Amino acid sequence: MVPLSAYIAVSTVLFMTGLLGVLIRRNFIIVLMSVEIMLNAANINLVAFSYYLESMAGQLVALFVIAIAAGEAAIGLAIIIVMFRGKISTNVDEMNLLKW
Amino acid sequence: MTDLLIKLIPVFPLLAVILNGLVGRRYSHDLAHRLAWGSVGLSFLCTIGVFVDILRTGMPHEVIAYQWIFGGDLTINLAYLVDPLTCIMLLVITGVGFLIHVYSVAYMHGEDGFTRFFTYMNLFMVSMLLLVMGNNYVVLFIGWEGVGLCSYLLIGYYYDKVSAAKAASKAFVVNRIGDAGFLLAIFLIFINFKTLDYTKVFAQVGQLSPDMATAIALCLLVGAVGKSAQLPLYTWLPDAMEGPTPVSALIHAATMVTAGVYMIVRNHAIFDLSPAAMTIVGIIGGLTALFAATIGLVQTDIKRVLAYSTVSQLGYMFLGCGIGAYTAAIFHLMTHAFFKALLFLSAGSVIHALSGEQDIRKMGGLSSKIPWTHRLFLIGTVAIAGIPPLAGFWSKDEILAHAFTHQHYLLYGMAAVGALLTSFYMFRLTYLTFYGASRMDHHTEEHVHESPMVMVGPLMALGVLSIVGGFLGFPPEHGWLHHFLGPVAGSGGDHEVSTGLVLTLMMIATGIALLGWGIAHYFYSINLSAPDRLSAKLQAVYRILLNKYYVDELFDLVFVEPTKKLGLLFDWFDRTVIDGLVRSVAQLAEWGAAGSTWMEKYVIYGGLNVIGFGNHLVAREWRQLQSGMVHHYAAIIVAGLFLLAVVIQLIMQL
Repeated sequence: MVPLSAYIAVSTVLFMTGLLGVLIRRNFIIVLMSVEIMLNAANINLVAFSYYLESMAGQLVALFVIAIAAGEAAIGLAIIIVMFRGKISTNVDEMNLLKW
Repeated sequence: MTDLLIKLIPVFPLLAVILNGLVGRRYSHDLAHRLAWGSVGLSFLCTIGVFVDILRTGMPHEVIAYQWIFGGDLTINLAYLVDPLTCIMLLVITGVGFLIHVYSVAYMHGEDGFTRFFTYMNLFMVSMLLLVMGNNYVVLFIGWEGVGLCSYLLIGYYYDKVSAAKAASKAFVVNRIGDAGFLLAIFLIFINFKTLDYTKVFAQVGQLSPDMATAIALCLLVGAVGKSAQLPLYTWLPDAMEGPTPVSALIHAATMVTAGVYMIVRNHAIFDLSPAAMTIVGIIGGLTALFAATIGLVQTDIKRVLAYSTVSQLGYMFLGCGIGAYTAAIFHLMTHAFFKALLFLSAGSVIHALSGEQDIRKMGGLSSKIPWTHRLFLIGTVAIAGIPPLAGFWSKDEILAHAFTHQHYLLYGMAAVGALLTSFYMFRLTYLTFYGASRMDHHTEEHVHESPMVMVGPLMALGVLSIVGGFLGFPPEHGWLHHFLGPVAGSGGDHEVSTGLVLTLMMIATGIALLGWGIAHYFYSINLSAPDRLSAKLQAVYRILLNKYYVDELFDLVFVEPTKKLGLLFDWFDRTVIDGLVRSVAQLAEWGAAGSTWMEKYVIYGGLNVIGFGNHLVAREWRQLQSGMVHHYAAIIVAGLFLLAVVIQLIMQL
């Protein structure tokens, strides 16, 4: 029997990895992958709590998160393609149009 | 049957008015004039039907065509009363009216507004028929105003001519004075009798106090004086000659101007109660007869001579009313309608022949060139001059004889002198127009032509009536007309007069008429320089007469000019005071608006700009926060998340 704390530990490690990836990496594709990692960390949490609390709601929400992740990946990649065509780069630091 | 005919009489001309007035422009002139004279002809036929019935039964008809105003004790119907008096009037109006309509077809041929002319003429017929047919004062008043309106419209027929437009408004304004008196009379009658129906009023007329009777009679007289162009309100009638000649014949000679006489005869029950009012009627009539005749002596416009003659003859009718000779007044009204219409239409024929010339100094020698017009004009002249056995003699002589036998010697004297003058100026007119050497210019003379048959035909009919019309009242005081009108107008001849006296008076009247002719013959045929010498000798008198006693100038000075001055004063007041007030208000509003504009521009917009600029300054600093770097945003989100977690932790521990 794996204790709940083990799941939480794994998911925390995964989440922090994703978060650091988002904050530190400059390549948009890597950033996007890091976001996926964070989402999956959340999924592990949801499924673990669902198991321990004996409620199916958590697993259901996890399925939603996966669907959202798929959508997010599609839109994110589309944005990357547009940015790449315009700037010939996927460097996040060069994307600073959203300002004054 | 008779009731239906009575109702139909005014309907035909009304239909013609509606058709010609509304859609007359869409069809030809031929159809328009056929409608016009055809409708009057149909009315004439209906009138004859009614006349025959009344002749047979002797009963007056009272027909309610339409219940108009009712409420409380007031009931006013559009109702007709056809009694012998109305019958005579109807025959004259529709008969003479029909002839004049036919005549107008040729006379007005080619004029602008041909259809308009006939529309107005028919509207006049409708109004005049209502005037004489009404069974109460309201219908009478409607007709009264209607004929006044049509008179105005037709005098101003050539509305682009300034003199015609002025004459039209003059006629209208002068008539308003009379109408005001007439309205007062109607009010007084309603106050006293609580009804406006003739039959009811006359049934209880005996209850009237003498003073009230005098008041009503005098108010009625004011109305009659205005409409019938008596002293002092006669000045509009000579000016009314600006209208086309058929209008002068129909409205300003034969029918409308006699409305005053009709009204007095209709109301003779009230006049009979007031000897004072009767005396005034007689004096006004006598003075007018004499006064207008003297002006007629020296006038040089063929139509104006006839106009003054009309005023004078109307004076005779008033004189007849004033001495109680109502039948004689109506008799003279009828014969006058015949011969004056004849004279006017013949004058129209002369004017037509001379391409519009109206000045008798530029005529002369026309008898051979337009023989029919000449003969018929001569018939009219003899008739009006009072030479037996033509129509004018019988009616005028009856008024004169009545005045003499009822001891109104002063009035008789005025009328006799007036008759002499009438005879003189009418023959003067005839001589200057038709005899002697031609004084026309060459161009006009070449174009002289007899009028077409359509014009001469009605003249002939009127000529025949002018010759035989007088026999309706023959023998004097006992003729057919006297018996017919007896029940309505009173018998008049209440005391018998010896045949000898009657014959003597007739001889005198004839002598007067012949004397007038003789003088005219001497002046204008034998001794041609006599008129000039006489006028040179009596220069002051001549000038006064030529200027019509300066009455127009007097009225101008006393009434017109002060009114104009008053108008100018009001104009000044309006422009200076009232407009000044308005302008001040406008100025204030303008200043207010300028103030608001300044306020908005500098205070409100200024305030807004300060706020806006302040925001701008703050925003310039704060927008530095937005780096546009996705990482910055992500870092801030994470920092915020941690902060939130810490805060929640702290709150939970509390």
